[in-house]
Amino acid sequence: MNGADAPGVTTAPQAPRVSAARLVVTLGGGGALAGALIVIAFLLTLPAIEAHRAERLNAAIAEVLRGPARYDTLYVVGGALRRDPPPGADPTTLEKVYLGHAADGKPVGYAVVAQEPGFADVVRVIFGYDPATKKLLGMKVIESKETPGLGDGIEKNQTFVSQFTGRATPLKGVKAGAGKGDPSEVDFITGATISSRTVVRIINNALARLGPALKDGAEAP
Amino acid sequence: MRKTTPREDFLAGIWRENPVLVTALGLCPTLAVTNSVANSLAMSAATFFVLVGSSFLVSSVRRWVPNEVRISTYILIIATFVSVADMALAALVPDIHKALGAFIALIVVNCIILGRQEAFASKNPVGRAVLDAAGNGIGFTITLLLMGGIREVLGKGSFLGVPLFGPHYEPWVIMILPPGGFLTLGVILLSLSAIQRRRTRRAEAAATGAARRAA
Repeated sequence: MNGADAPGVTTAPQAPRVSAARLVVTLGGGGALAGALIVIAFLLTLPAIEAHRAERLNAAIAEVLRGPARYDTLYVVGGALRRDPPPGADPTTLEKVYLGHAADGKPVGYAVVAQEPGFADVVRVIFGYDPATKKLLGMKVIESKETPGLGDGIEKNQTFVSQFTGRATPLKGVKAGAGKGDPSEVDFITGATISSRTVVRIINNALARLGPALKDGAEAP
Repeated sequence: MRKTTPREDFLAGIWRENPVLVTALGLCPTLAVTNSVANSLAMSAATFFVLVGSSFLVSSVRRWVPNEVRISTYILIIATFVSVADMALAALVPDIHKALGAFIALIVVNCIILGRQEAFASKNPVGRAVLDAAGNGIGFTITLLLMGGIREVLGKGSFLGVPLFGPHYEPWVIMILPPGGFLTLGVILLSLSAIQRRRTRRAEAAATGAARRAA
């Protein structure tokens, strides 16, 4: 550029210099247009995305509570359960548990969502818990990036998943085949000990934290 | 540069200048998301949409975009299409969207797309830019489906989720893990280069044969 700026020096013909204002207008206009397009796409797809999310949660709750007739959403506020979010709080950010009811209106148990780091990334689990018997009703991994073929067994291995149903809490994880027949024993998947242990830890920690509240809640609401 | 026909613009990306197999661009999605046919399909569709859309827009506005801000403008255009594709996939096929994860957002930095804008769409009329983009998009799709097909059949014993070999097939799990991606791509590139070499040798033999006959 320098050579062309000096008077009297001619080099190869150059494109006319573009004003700074034009650069700003081009980029700014492009940015505004792009922003508008993205907002439109967001608004168009939002209902479908929310519906999928709700559907997935619904299905998961129904599965771990073994098909309740209906369920209530309860908010965890200061270690206690509330039917309504406290004034001023954003209900979407509050921790929730789901209380399932049988057809006759009797509570069947709670569905609790909890997460902790696993072998690859955060593992998110939903489990059904009956505070009356302190037993699990079911377990489902709703989000995990564990190793395909090994760690993802916590999601796909039916033998592993189904053994949570009816287990007494707190759970005790054991190596496959090394159990003594205790009702709280969960057999780890061979080759996926860390992932299996994560699931057991998530449930135990969540119950240690929420357990007392869940007991109260079953009687109160 | 010799002027190319629209047909050549379109076909170049599919085979002769296939973005993955010949110019070795876009290897990140090629290796990372091709562990099943469904994932390959969704990734190809998203990339195709972004590539064709961006080429169309970049070529349409090429006269008004000053040279100094052209790359920023391309990235802006590409990123917009990627955001739209990301949300569309989340709304239409949530399970696949979940499986592809961060790789959808990473289409923004896919070299195939930025490369086509800089090398072709910004210098050519809209029609040719779209043909070129479609050709490259199809070339990318073919490669991903090839990878996804081989890896899913060997690594899971199924095609598009349909089991092929019955319950006694022991899946070759490594094929759907990251090393399987490298192995598969390596074997595909090796086979292609073997075919290419044989073809060159045959062409040379034919040329010398013709020269001898002429003499």
